[in-house]
Amino acid sequence: MQEVLVGLGSCGIAAGGQKVFDRFSEILDSRKDDTVLKKTGCIGMCYREVLVEVVDRDGRKTLYFDVSPDKVDRIVEEHVRQGKTIAEWIVDPRESMAKQKRIVLRNCGVIDPASLDEYLGRDGYKALEKVLTGMTPAQVVELIADSGLRGRGGAGFPTGTKWRLAAAAKNSHKYIICNADEGDPGAFMDRSVLESDPHSVLEGMAIAAYAIGADHGYIYCRAEYPQAVRRLRHAIGQATEKGFLGSNIMGKGQNLHLNLKEGAGAFVCGEETALIASIEGRRGMPRVRPPFPAESGLWGRPTCINNVETLANIPWIILKGADAFKAYGTAGSKGTKVFALAGKVKRGGLVEVPMGMTINEVINDIGGGTTEGGPFKAVQMGGPSGGCIPSMLGNTPIDYEQITATGAIMGSGGMVVMDESTCMVDVARFFLSFTQNESCGKCTFCRIGTKRMLEILERICAGQGEEADIAKLSELGEQIKSSSLCGLGQTAPNPVLTTLRYFLHEYEAHIKHRKCPAKSCLALVDFVINPETCNGCGLCTKTCESGAITGEKKKPHRIDLSKCIKCAKCLTVCRQGAIEKR
Amino acid sequence: MLIPLLQAAQDSYGYIPQLAMEQIAEVTGIPVAEIYGVITFYKQFRLKPLGKHLIRLCKGTACHVLGANLIAQTVADELQVAADETTGDGLFTFTVVACLGCCSLAPVLMIDEQTYGRLTPQKVRKVLRQYRQDAARSPVKAPAEEAAAAESQRA
Repeated sequence: MQEVLVGLGSCGIAAGGQKVFDRFSEILDSRKDDTVLKKTGCIGMCYREVLVEVVDRDGRKTLYFDVSPDKVDRIVEEHVRQGKTIAEWIVDPRESMAKQKRIVLRNCGVIDPASLDEYLGRDGYKALEKVLTGMTPAQVVELIADSGLRGRGGAGFPTGTKWRLAAAAKNSHKYIICNADEGDPGAFMDRSVLESDPHSVLEGMAIAAYAIGADHGYIYCRAEYPQAVRRLRHAIGQATEKGFLGSNIMGKGQNLHLNLKEGAGAFVCGEETALIASIEGRRGMPRVRPPFPAESGLWGRPTCINNVETLANIPWIILKGADAFKAYGTAGSKGTKVFALAGKVKRGGLVEVPMGMTINEVINDIGGGTTEGGPFKAVQMGGPSGGCIPSMLGNTPIDYEQITATGAIMGSGGMVVMDESTCMVDVARFFLSFTQNESCGKCTFCRIGTKRMLEILERICAGQGEEADIAKLSELGEQIKSSSLCGLGQTAPNPVLTTLRYFLHEYEAHIKHRKCPAKSCLALVDFVINPETCNGCGLCTKTCESGAITGEKKKPHRIDLSKCIKCAKCLTVCRQGAIEKR
Repeated sequence: MLIPLLQAAQDSYGYIPQLAMEQIAEVTGIPVAEIYGVITFYKQFRLKPLGKHLIRLCKGTACHVLGANLIAQTVADELQVAADETTGDGLFTFTVVACLGCCSLAPVLMIDEQTYGRLTPQKVRKVLRQYRQDAARSPVKAPAEEAAAAESQRA
């Protein structure tokens, strides 16, 4: 039988995948075509969406990119019905997949996330069966500890150690929580896993619950991910019905009752004690540790919190063994890491690479280099808690310790590529405005310190920086790091401190020369009209509130810089692209 | 279980009216002040009704690097409305969100369930004007107006 798979992760849907799917279902004729139309999750090559894969009867796979509803007819007519592939629409997945190793994403874009049978067909729930029938909880904990798996949420705490602590706690009830509150702007790894392969996370949770002795669990998922929430809910129902969750799992006497909890939009809830407070229905504010959640967590009971990607690794490790996992990676960081590669990069998308691969390899070999073809200037890793790694450190391997040594952090997996047109001061200001907004307000240094830092950065970007600002930023940054209770505050200054460390000259250009080298800070650029491209339509003149633009109809206009207030409105109305920044 | 109650209230009203807060307080025994504290802590909750169309502009890192600021400025200029406000005619509510997670389409915004990617200021103006035109052809009462009417009736 022939199969047609349409990639319907959030990216695919955003690019119009549902319409493509609908068109296929309209014209595929069950009487004429021996073809099954299937939905699948994220294929990972977001830059080529909408992606459609045709699997022929002999197993040959053809991947079509940039598919729109009007291309569907020809694919059905020529490929599905006549067996002729359409060469000019085919993308070779090896262009970005060749250097990847898929453990976490093993089923993403391969199976229909709504089908439990397809998951079972790919060794689904075999790992759970293996631990329930042939391993003691202590053996499971030791296997995971031996594999060297570390928390993929960002901090990199060894998962085996976390489980050991939770397993040792004595209580009649324990909780396992899956942290799916992926709040980093520019990161969508967990969402893709939840949308594309929800059962792998559920199986990981069931194994974790057995290992630590938990009988109740929560998945705390961002409400901003409606698709993930729907697919999780569906998967929990299926797994419970088939006896992989609920009471007396697989007849082995083990129980795990799972609840899905939708977050309500607070970045700080990714911090474990804040997450617990939020599940309990309170404002999600972190508290002092100890006691650690492994001792006293949700409702005062021992609680183990693992991230989505961490849990999705578990079934693979159980089935293939710790050594197979350890075969990938560096001395301190084993296995693979999933990244959401985005920004000014040619082939953005979801990638999974073995630890130890260098940043250059990820950006150039997998991502295809920058959009404009030039060198990249910096790569931002770790989101608001991370930092900007300059291109000169591009040979740094993906490894928890080595990334931390650059001043950034591994983080949950956001990797945003920046080139010469990105202003590093503006990037620092961007992250600070995010953390300042998301600070829960408990610690003074985080609440007020980030505000003061943001004010300074805004002033610098507006061309009103002072020479003392750089020293003030460093001082405040160090104080906030050392005087905040949770990870949010302790890492909030990182984007500023790393840009100060590697891109001090950009700060100086803003402050001393009132220039933005990337021409990104509007207050520091001059707007001019290119007489070659201006067709004198007069749209800009009508929009300009300061009366700075003059010119005769159908003749090139000009901007009087002494009157220009740099609001950029002309830039947003010009249809010729004639307004330029200098 | 306060948060699910608030989510349910918002699901049925589109926002959380004061009446709902008071009723939740009555049922749960949690003081209104504390409920208000929880509502204002989380970004998901709204104390004001929405316009007919909800615009969610992504300000994730990838979008920011690719010019989301200019897009935001264009939306604000085209609709004459600030972030987190509703236009005078009740047609649009404009919000800025942290990340919509379709970074490869950046810069991105969503109007209701429809995503618009690889935006330019010119494209944004065109899209918004299209919505305006469609609304002019088939005037439907915006939820914001309905809610206001209902509130005044209750009062």
